[in-house]
Amino acid sequence: MAAQPPLKTTPLKDRHLRAGARLVAFAGWEMPVQYQGVLAEHRAVRTAAGLFDVSHMGEVEVSGKEAVGWLDSLTPNHVARLEVGQAHYSALLDENAGILDDLLIYRLEADRFLLVINAANTTADLEWLGSHRRGGVEIENVTDATALLALQGPVAAKLLVQVMGPEVESLRPFRFRFLAWGGGEALISRTGYTGEDGFEIYLSPQPAGQLWDALLERGRDLGVSPVGLGARDTLRLEAGLCLHGQDIHAGTTPLEAGLGFIVKLDKGEFMGRHVLARQRQEGVTRRLCGFRLLERGIARHGHEVYVGDSHVGEVTSGTHSPTLGQSIGMAYLPWEATQPGQALAVQVRGSRLAGEVVPLPFYRRPRT
Amino acid sequence: MIPDDVKYTKEHEWVRQEGRTVTVGITHHAQKEMGDLVFVELPRPGQQLKAGQPMGTVESVKAVSEVFAPVTGKVVEVNEALADHPEKVNQDPHGDGWMARIDLEGEPQGLMTAAEYRAFLGGGD
Repeated sequence: MAAQPPLKTTPLKDRHLRAGARLVAFAGWEMPVQYQGVLAEHRAVRTAAGLFDVSHMGEVEVSGKEAVGWLDSLTPNHVARLEVGQAHYSALLDENAGILDDLLIYRLEADRFLLVINAANTTADLEWLGSHRRGGVEIENVTDATALLALQGPVAAKLLVQVMGPEVESLRPFRFRFLAWGGGEALISRTGYTGEDGFEIYLSPQPAGQLWDALLERGRDLGVSPVGLGARDTLRLEAGLCLHGQDIHAGTTPLEAGLGFIVKLDKGEFMGRHVLARQRQEGVTRRLCGFRLLERGIARHGHEVYVGDSHVGEVTSGTHSPTLGQSIGMAYLPWEATQPGQALAVQVRGSRLAGEVVPLPFYRRPRT
Repeated sequence: MIPDDVKYTKEHEWVRQEGRTVTVGITHHAQKEMGDLVFVELPRPGQQLKAGQPMGTVESVKAVSEVFAPVTGKVVEVNEALADHPEKVNQDPHGDGWMARIDLEGEPQGLMTAAEYRAFLGGGD
């Protein structure tokens, strides 16, 4: 077996260790999975705010006079409609509309974009993009030159105003702007992966530590704490957000995954469009649904799901929901079994536990 | 965090013997490795256990781990409070977080002393 390449580290590793984090290997990176504990970190994000180091995410710049049309040919959302200063959620699709990755696309300038992709898919995505590249399109992997912090939770805006300035307050969801930080510029966007209000901040590795320290120091009295990948997963699942490699993958389409809002069939031809057009016309035969267990136990990724006596699929993601105090999960169910209240069962080791379909998301933040 | 008055297994259970009855649970080290527990599955009172065989599970947010019976015998009582409060295992693994009381059949075999368990963990906690 070939030796594993050494794990990549983020510019904040020393800070994580000093904060008592447990570091684990994740998608080729050494990342903090938890600091004081998943439940406390989860609660911090729901009630105050949490600070995440997600510098492992891949960042790719796409530029050139053909960049807009080229991105629109590879992704289902409408890139040409993006304004400079705006981002959207989308996907890289294959010919069958299978989801190779999900991503955010930021329009930095009229002909310059930032693609934010999953760490586990960065190499494959770059190969895919490279193999489909055409004239007038430049692709640059800027992952190693980019640190990424996420500040998420009800007090995130208040704290970020204190640390970076009042300009961030007026940012609307999926809008971004550049602000000076540490002798350079940071891109601040009102986006996230937790179901809370919050921001993601892209900047050079060197000044990232100073920002991390400032946010934790100024945030202490507000109840802000560092949060690891463990709570990131429970937070995103409560919010009904998909994880690529589990809930979505090359064997699933955006319409099956409940991501119809990123499918813009009227924008013209794009990769996988014919499959999505057919699915939209004829309907999908299965759909990603949320469920909860009605008995004690925890459904997890890979557990078998039954409707009546029929084995209909597997749990794609499952966990104990810290906010709801019950076992929640997602699974692809046959179309006729997708109504909320539909009875199902999950095979958890020796027991088949009763559950029911519930609407997604499991958790919606209170509106103020 | 390794009490001297109990015995240990390589699977990180502890065993406190009082006469012919033992109380068992998982060690501080085990709960720390697991992280915040959110579900504990215990054996049933009356259930016959064989040393080394699974008697229950503990689940944290991210992981499932089996708990093995450290002795052979019959379950006489389980800690019902863990059903609603699995966090007791994190907070007090050697006290309020106990899992089961077992009436011994035969003598416990192959358990480690606190000193041996400490060495087994490599001098950590």
